[in-house]
Amino acid sequence: MAIEVKIPTILRTYTAGEKAVSAEGKTLSALIDDLEANHSGIKERLIDNGDLRRFVNVYINDEDVRFIGGLDAELKDGDQVVVLPAVAGGC
Amino acid sequence: MLTIDQATYDAIVAHAKRDHPDEACGIVAGPEGSDRPERFIEMINAAGSPTFYEFDSTDLLQLYKEMDANDEEPVIVYHSHTATEAYPSRTDIGLAMEPNAHYVLVSTREHGNDDGPVEFRSFRIVDGNVTEEEISIVPTLS
Repeated sequence: MAIEVKIPTILRTYTAGEKAVSAEGKTLSALIDDLEANHSGIKERLIDNGDLRRFVNVYINDEDVRFIGGLDAELKDGDQVVVLPAVAGGC
Repeated sequence: MLTIDQATYDAIVAHAKRDHPDEACGIVAGPEGSDRPERFIEMINAAGSPTFYEFDSTDLLQLYKEMDANDEEPVIVYHSHTATEAYPSRTDIGLAMEPNAHYVLVSTREHGNDDGPVEFRSFRIVDGNVTEEEISIVPTLS
């Protein structure tokens, strides 16, 4: 079971500069654990206190995971996952 | 240093003035590694707020897919402050996630929606460190 995960510029320090890596997992949570096993440190940038960080967006096949179960969102072979930090700020 | 053409500069200022008193935001994309801000893209501030901005998550994905397909990257990430100076706030610094981008801040605090000068400044924000840089406005990018 292989799922392609697109990695944003800011997190490519964890993937030796790779823009996309392959990972496995039946849920987003399991996928992130698998990512962590191969790219140590990346999990902390995605998850805080057991939940997805507020300003990190994750999409499965173009759907924001917040609308399809968050970390429990289900994955299947061939799915495409995109990680994008929010573009946000405030005075 | 940020080198920007007059038309793009004017477009950023016009957007900031139009959306005042809410914060305006957007990017200027350019070929990867070129440092050339070529393609101006206004974004909607999903927060619709005078004190916060955030790209809508669906728009964000669309934008990055488009840039990916064009081998582009965000050369400028801009937003406005409508009541405070054109300097990155603590929130701006904490959420700055594009280490290669020029972060442009425009302040409309003085003239709001009306004609008149704005503060227009550019910064690098890397690992929480803010460095202001000079801006060169040129008639067209060479």
